[in-house]
Amino acid sequence: MHETDTPTVQERETVIPNKEGLHFRPIMQFVDLASRFSSSINLRCDDRGADASSPMELLMLMATQGTKVTVSARGADAGDALDALVGLIDAGFNEE
Amino acid sequence: MSRGFSRPEGRGHRSRQRRSPQAMITKKGINASPGIAIGPALVLDAEEYRIPRRTIDISAITTEINALDAALATSRQEVAELRVAATRKLGDKTSAIFAFHEEFIADKMLRSAVVEAVKKNRYTAAFAFSQEMGSRQRMFRNVSDPYLKERVRDLYDIEKRILRHILGRARERITQLTTPVVIVAHDITPSQAITLDRGRILGFAINVGGQTSHTAIIARMLGIPAVVALNDITTDVTGGETIVIDGTRGVVITNPDEETTKRYETRRKEDHAFEAQLSELRDLPAVTADGAAISLQANIELAAEARIAMDSGAEGIGLYRTEFMFLGSERMPTEEQQYETFRAAVRHVRGKPLTIRTIDLGAEKMVDYLEPQHDHNPALGLRSVRYCLTHLDMFKTHLRALLRAAIDADVNIMFPMITTLMELRQARSTLHDVMEDLEDDGIPFKHDIAMGMMVETPAAALLSNSFAKEVSFMSIGTNDLTQYTLAVDRANERVAHLYCSHSPAVLKLIREVIQAGRRNNVDVSVCGEMAGAPLYCEMLIGLGIRQLSMAPKDVPEIKQIVRTTSIKRCERIARKVMRFDSDRQVLNYLRGKLREINPESSY
Repeated sequence: MHETDTPTVQERETVIPNKEGLHFRPIMQFVDLASRFSSSINLRCDDRGADASSPMELLMLMATQGTKVTVSARGADAGDALDALVGLIDAGFNEE
Repeated sequence: MSRGFSRPEGRGHRSRQRRSPQAMITKKGINASPGIAIGPALVLDAEEYRIPRRTIDISAITTEINALDAALATSRQEVAELRVAATRKLGDKTSAIFAFHEEFIADKMLRSAVVEAVKKNRYTAAFAFSQEMGSRQRMFRNVSDPYLKERVRDLYDIEKRILRHILGRARERITQLTTPVVIVAHDITPSQAITLDRGRILGFAINVGGQTSHTAIIARMLGIPAVVALNDITTDVTGGETIVIDGTRGVVITNPDEETTKRYETRRKEDHAFEAQLSELRDLPAVTADGAAISLQANIELAAEARIAMDSGAEGIGLYRTEFMFLGSERMPTEEQQYETFRAAVRHVRGKPLTIRTIDLGAEKMVDYLEPQHDHNPALGLRSVRYCLTHLDMFKTHLRALLRAAIDADVNIMFPMITTLMELRQARSTLHDVMEDLEDDGIPFKHDIAMGMMVETPAAALLSNSFAKEVSFMSIGTNDLTQYTLAVDRANERVAHLYCSHSPAVLKLIREVIQAGRRNNVDVSVCGEMAGAPLYCEMLIGLGIRQLSMAPKDVPEIKQIVRTTSIKRCERIARKVMRFDSDRQVLNYLRGKLREINPESSY
């Protein structure tokens, strides 16, 4: 058993800034980065959510440039995860 | 006319079968190979088609999930290899797409959604997976972003790859079947067909094709019932369910009810009894009632079939199609391998005549190691003897093996697809070159081999009088002759109905060849499908044919007709037929004539 502490859910809102939106490479980076944290992480967009470990679900969000998204994390390192992931989004996935 | 046998199976069932409320489906296609088959269906090559909804037994859930997992693992491996190759050749940008596909396939959410559907709805893995992918693809319809919209292609690509592996298990299994099955497929390629485990295939139900497509020919050759041109049988059948093939009438029934099954079981037994009756004819001579001997020979594709042919009462092999030894192997067979195959055929004919046709590859029959050039119109492209004459090394190896194996045997050599005198002369001089080489090397071979040609193009038929002066025999290949005369692709189900060998145009060409042969004292035989069809037997004899070469299993029935008829009657039939100018008239007349000697004929 791990995470015996009551997990805290944290979330933060941001906007997809890059031109091509949440497409292949950004998704890969997002999944890759999220996998480094023990927290379970979600990305929400309107009423649809995606598990951060699922490239398929993330693609299905069809988050184009300017889409408002919410990153949420539940677990011991939720805060760090949010910092890193929101940072990645805000940096436009380091594209262009 | 008296007949020594009767065809079983009464005509016209008084009471029509009621359709059961379940999924008993009856489909009509083209009767490609006669007989009845009943057994479980095995679907091949379903990847390009809608995967039908099918529920499975609770005990099969684990099997389906394992199949899914295996397919996911293999697909991922495949994409990983593509990614590595792409990085090397195309750079990181392209390889990133494969990296994404890889992640996609490994997506746990995708897997669990499919597993859920298999468990909850008892769907097959293939159906559950295609449902899941289908719903995701539909979501892309409303996307306006052009880049994202394009991603539906990626999903489609991934879906096909994984489905291929889920269904691929079935395809691999086909070479090592453990129980007898009915093969359901879009089409069967010749190379696929020869890797099939013949002993365990009960029948074929095929989407495409016509009576003379290769699947049909192979099925008839093997004596396996087949129905072709069923359009979409692969979508009606999932695999595992019982299917009835009525290759005589061209009907396929899936999920037959008890009554239907029983009716077909009875017919199948009657058919076997009928065959047993025919086999009694085996040792009787093929001589007409007025004493003319007709030489009935057999067409074979494999050396081992020569034995079957001899057992069926054939007097020799009129056409040994050598290309199957090329289609059956991964790489070009060596001279020794070809020699061994030819020698096996020589052994099996036990001193009887054996006519070997040189490589007839190309068009729909091509092998990878010969670097197919994908002609825009393969039937009119670089095929058959044309291919051989532009690939002399390969051709010479083939001829060497043939000439060596022919020593001390009654072997003839025949060149296919000849259209001009020039081609024939080139082929002949190549043969002579090979003979000189063998002579120089001190290798024994058959010096006095009889050389003949196939007449299967209108050009060859029209010039047959000139050709007859340069060959020892001519053999009319009615399949290609019909295809080239009528400009109909016999494997294209949309025009297959226009293909008919009894077209007056084809018959005129056949008569031309027979007359040229007679004038020049050169033997003319028929070795196409027509030769084995009871419908045409009397007409061909009447036109002057004295040698017919057919599938081994057709020999007894043709022999029965020969023994029943007379030359006089045949000549009368031929004269009448040659006056018709529509194939309808020819067909109706010949049907009537056949009924006179065989009242219950199914033609």
